[in-house]
Amino acid sequence: MLKKNRLWFRSALLAILVVAVGYTIYNSMNEESGTYISKGDTAPNFVLTDLNGKQVELEDYRGKGVFLNFWGTWCKPCEREMPYMQRQYEKYKEQGVEILAVNVSETNVSVKNFADRYRMSFPIPMDKQREVTKAFGIGPIPTTILIDKNGKVVERTSESLSEKKIISFMEKIKP
Amino acid sequence: MMQKITCECGHSNPYGTSLCQACGKPLKQDVEVLSSMRYEGSARRSQTYKQTFVDKTWNFFSSVKVGVWLIVIILVAAAIGTIFPQETFIPPNVDPATHYESEYGTFGLIYYLLGFHNLYGSWWFILLLGMLGLSIIIASLDRGIPLYKALKTQRVTRHDQFMKNQRLFSKSNDVELDEIKYTLESLRYKVREENGNLFAEKGRFSRWGAYVNHVGLIIFLTGAMLRFFPGMYVDDILWVREGEKASIPGTSTEDGQYYLENNDFILEMYDKEEKKFNSALSSVDGEVAKNYQSNVTLYKTKENHTIGAEPELVKVKNGEIRVNEPFKFDSFALYQTDFKLNEFYKMSFELEEKATGNKFGKLTVDLHDPKKEYDLGDGYKVKIEEYFPNFVLNDQNQPSTVNNLPDNPAFVFSMYSPKTPDGEKAFVGIQKNIDSGENQFKMSFAGIETKDLTALTVRKDHTLWIIALGGIIFMIGVTQGLYWNYRRIWIKQNAGEVWAAAHTNKNWYGLKKDVEFLSDKTNLTPLEEKETASK
Repeated sequence: MLKKNRLWFRSALLAILVVAVGYTIYNSMNEESGTYISKGDTAPNFVLTDLNGKQVELEDYRGKGVFLNFWGTWCKPCEREMPYMQRQYEKYKEQGVEILAVNVSETNVSVKNFADRYRMSFPIPMDKQREVTKAFGIGPIPTTILIDKNGKVVERTSESLSEKKIISFMEKIKP
Repeated sequence: MMQKITCECGHSNPYGTSLCQACGKPLKQDVEVLSSMRYEGSARRSQTYKQTFVDKTWNFFSSVKVGVWLIVIILVAAAIGTIFPQETFIPPNVDPATHYESEYGTFGLIYYLLGFHNLYGSWWFILLLGMLGLSIIIASLDRGIPLYKALKTQRVTRHDQFMKNQRLFSKSNDVELDEIKYTLESLRYKVREENGNLFAEKGRFSRWGAYVNHVGLIIFLTGAMLRFFPGMYVDDILWVREGEKASIPGTSTEDGQYYLENNDFILEMYDKEEKKFNSALSSVDGEVAKNYQSNVTLYKTKENHTIGAEPELVKVKNGEIRVNEPFKFDSFALYQTDFKLNEFYKMSFELEEKATGNKFGKLTVDLHDPKKEYDLGDGYKVKIEEYFPNFVLNDQNQPSTVNNLPDNPAFVFSMYSPKTPDGEKAFVGIQKNIDSGENQFKMSFAGIETKDLTALTVRKDHTLWIIALGGIIFMIGVTQGLYWNYRRIWIKQNAGEVWAAAHTNKNWYGLKKDVEFLSDKTNLTPLEEKETASK
């Protein structure tokens, strides 16, 4: 076999394997409950009724940044970040950032009490059937997904957010 | 440029060859013929070219030692992965980040951080498998191809040194060549003749066994890898309450999303009184399950279904799911996996005047969707101030809820009557009814409704046939290499003498039988076994 051919053959075979294994690892990291929405994806559209009975559709927020938060009243870290979210919501609302705090499968009575206690004024879409939660592949809560004005996901995190972090997130998706 | 080595027989061998591919002459000073026979003294290419980074990588993976170490590391990792439960088996709704530490301490945390909790999905485990695959491919190519070439170019006439150094060897004087040829053919050897020399071989294909089984392994690993590719594999769990519909995970496409309705969950037990089972069941405490079954209806939404919107469902079909009898549609199968009996669904209460015991109406609370206010008429009404689906006193001694499942529901009610227009508050839970002590009214428990839940595994697997194919090819390779062996016998005319030598890659006992038979039937001197110091 010619030396040049040998090098080509070996490089090609190694390259194919590196790409295949790399792609597999990439997929394995993004894998959770079948569908998983992560950085770079277009956020799937959804429609939910919020706590006040209003229809909330994600696509209506195109042109604005969307701070999409999944939460529950029983989840302590969620409770911790709510006052921060409310405060920053009031600041960034005029600058074109909207907060949608999707509640995962709870009752209106519980959520209403909670929302009143923390004076939450952003829309709280009620995901009673967990359809949206499933579609976004949400595991543990809270999970926050940042969507830019074009509907693209720019960040996804499951950590409990500090106020500083929330501010930096708001800056990130400000249109 | 690496030099080719031309043997005195005229054959040109690749650089690094230790025994001439054609005649078997040792090409270097200190070559031991017998120990070089494993790969026919061929040049393992990896060991000859060592220049670029690519070649160095190639050489690393060509080593059998590296391959064996990879296997050992993978086995140890897989063993460690069984110490604590995998992520799939920890309770849903808990965060694995905290679960492993709180359950198993520091070691649990390390276990989680290193990815042992999701071993088959962890990047380093996949990387190890990928490296093993690479090692199998390269090691096979590096040995298989030169071996194939050597066996293909081997000549009938072999070099004296090659003959003399074989494990079985003899010299004879007066031999009838045709007789030997005839006898060998009767043993089903393939015999070739050249200048009065003979070469008999049998079972060459068994030498390819190792390579066939490596091809099988590669196909197997490819199948396992494809599970991570989109659309190839779904393994999910779906909980559905009786009477409810839920979207089936992984089944969303452009032309709609599948939904499943749980019409009924059935759990049947064996009847201990029944004669047929009586003796078998008498030794068992408690009941023995006979059947787990879900009766379901499959629906599909119209195209362009928006997630979360009330789905416009079209019924597809009904089905019954039992253990090992899945419900199939498209390329999906739903398996009966788990269940939860008697989850609280609705609770009823009556508004009762403590002093008289008179009742002023009944209300039924849907635990998944309680109303804010229940009007009982005539000025009597009840408000729900607080609702705790799974009540617990938290660390600040405040009533709160563990999660959103109604496993231990509790309420704070406000009761209004014409006598008490400002309302009276009471905390009511299971076996609990607490008020200030001055209330005139109370909520008395009036019954509960429950529902069963079924859990189904949603499975789609386009990789199974690839994995099965890999497994079959692997077994063919193993059989080929284990149940057959490559036996060779050489006969050479040498200055009036006749030299005979024999070799096999395994099963020397069988080969010796063959050469004994040969010397019995002909006047060939029985072949003698050489004392091998290296053995």
